[in-house]
Amino acid sequence: MMSTRQISRNKGGDGVKQSRRDILKLGAITIAGAVIPLSAFELLTPEALASTKKHGAGKRWGFVVNATKCVGCGMCVKACKTENEVPFDVNVSRTWVERYVQLKDGEVIIDSPKEARNGFIKNDPQGRQVKEEDIAKGFFVPKLCNQCEKPSCVQVCPVGATYRTEDGVVLVDRTWCIGCAYCVQNCPYGARFIHPDPKVNVAEKCTFCYHRITKGLNSACSDACAFGARKIGDINDPESEVHKLITNNRVMVLKPEYGNEPMVFYIGLDHIVR
Amino acid sequence: MVEHIQHAHGEIWTIKELFTYPNEFIYWTIHIAIYPYITGLVAGAFVLSSFYHVFGMNELKPVAKFSLVFSLALLIIAPTPLLFHLTQPQRNHEMILTPHFYSAIASFTVVYMTYMFIVLAEIWFAYRAFIVAQAQSAKGIMGLLYKAMTLGAYDLSEKARHTDHKMITILAAVGIPSAGVLHGYVGFIFGSVKAVPFWKTPLMPFIFLMSAVISGVALCIATYVIASKLSKRDIKLDAVQAMGGLLKWFIIIAFLLEAVDVIFHGYLAEEFWPMLSIVIFDKLFVKMFVLQWGCGMILPLILLLLPRLTVTRAFISSLLVIIGVFMMRMNVIQGGGQGLSKSLSGFMTYKLPIIPTSFETFREGFFAAVLLLSAPFILLWIFNKVLPVFQSSEDH
Repeated sequence: MMSTRQISRNKGGDGVKQSRRDILKLGAITIAGAVIPLSAFELLTPEALASTKKHGAGKRWGFVVNATKCVGCGMCVKACKTENEVPFDVNVSRTWVERYVQLKDGEVIIDSPKEARNGFIKNDPQGRQVKEEDIAKGFFVPKLCNQCEKPSCVQVCPVGATYRTEDGVVLVDRTWCIGCAYCVQNCPYGARFIHPDPKVNVAEKCTFCYHRITKGLNSACSDACAFGARKIGDINDPESEVHKLITNNRVMVLKPEYGNEPMVFYIGLDHIVR
Repeated sequence: MVEHIQHAHGEIWTIKELFTYPNEFIYWTIHIAIYPYITGLVAGAFVLSSFYHVFGMNELKPVAKFSLVFSLALLIIAPTPLLFHLTQPQRNHEMILTPHFYSAIASFTVVYMTYMFIVLAEIWFAYRAFIVAQAQSAKGIMGLLYKAMTLGAYDLSEKARHTDHKMITILAAVGIPSAGVLHGYVGFIFGSVKAVPFWKTPLMPFIFLMSAVISGVALCIATYVIASKLSKRDIKLDAVQAMGGLLKWFIIIAFLLEAVDVIFHGYLAEEFWPMLSIVIFDKLFVKMFVLQWGCGMILPLILLLLPRLTVTRAFISSLLVIIGVFMMRMNVIQGGGQGLSKSLSGFMTYKLPIIPTSFETFREGFFAAVLLLSAPFILLWIFNKVLPVFQSSEDH
């Protein structure tokens, strides 16, 4: 059919023009055709797949912090730094404890001296002398990576060196990370930092002690907590302690407004907690 | 080994106030200000040359080629601040090999390569006649260089020259949206960081784009004036006035965008505003209101608006804009962006290391910054040895 058309137009003397148009047409069809497999390629990225998956199916590591039980001893920080080889005397940590002191006049004083690695031993929030009778309330809040369902740190990694495992833990590939710190910037919780050891020197974060929990152990911080303030487990397992804590208590997450869907649940949070 | 480590990355140049999360430091240092600064200059310089090629602003003819070649020099240097900043710069190729396209930074390769192709191609077409003439006359290494640069195309017939001109116009036209994408994407890198209140605004790509254009045009004015003085060539007042005219309009747009951003933050008064307003109105008052806006935008705008623009007045305005835009980059990235703790309960101040006490403080310090900022000028000087950058071409 095409050839008849071409022949008939060739008679008119502008056959060259027509064939060019045909080529353009063919090109447009080819491009349109190529878009379909390309869009399929897009759909199959791990992130896109993960975001469509409802958690509830397989294992999902989660964490419960009962802030009402924390006394600020700092043993969790000590245990974490030792277990995960984060230089003890350097001012970064995978986990830390914050102290909140609200005065009767409404002022809130927050601090976490040396990530609380040595515990809170003096009544000196931010190095200030605060009279006991001026204090309305005071409490401690342990912090760690929230292993978000939709981690904004993973979203911005330009090389895909950080990723979320199937069981919900966000990890960093130390042999792959280029150390741009984009992930550090985009974590609303300040959970990430650059590992200070020159041999590592890439983005670093809490892994829920992935090397331990995948072998049936607890995370180092929860083992070190004498007060039971930190619990780790499979939140999809109805028999697990974390599942029971989440379902039997009114729990909160930190900064839900960012849409990251954190998987560290808190009992006993307060509106002054940042 | 672990015992020797004393500082966290970023701790040396970060001063913390009140409560900040323990892991928070100024992770993005001066290089992350230089990177968008130079990228912005690329976009501005290219747009300037396109105003001649595409929109037919003939007054810009004396600087059209110069601004084009200058944008190449800047473009080559643009990614180097990132190499100084990465803690694992030797892995930078992962950006090309394993790009994660959900990240704004990952599109760098595509955007950068596209733009590089456009700029290189346009320069080649613009200088083809010169290159061919040199290839046929020059001897030795330079002769070989020019022969290679012809890419085997020696045809200088009327028809071939016509094609050259057509290609230049097309490339310059395609280059304008590309320049927009190049710098808009840099703005997107910051605008899309949801954890940093001062960056998180959809206006960010446009704010960056407009400040890019004013810095690029201003740099072209300043460099053109200085280079003409140095080589004792006449400064074309027409060209300077045309550039000044463009600069004036773009300053107005850039200023409005930046002001609207702050006004909206203030009016919406979200959770972070009480603390962010302290950063802006107290900590950054001099850097932002006096230097960035007052000296960097309003004063040059007044100078440019006054009738009968002279070369001196345009030159002074340009220098003010160049400094002002650099202040803007620092104010956005270190001052307002990272200056406010994510805890919204404390502040961080960036102290640029001047005297290097370690490799880290050299790499991210004052001298490395000066080196990077002067590199495009050195490149331009080298390019000028090969191509007549400052000559107003007679062939188009």
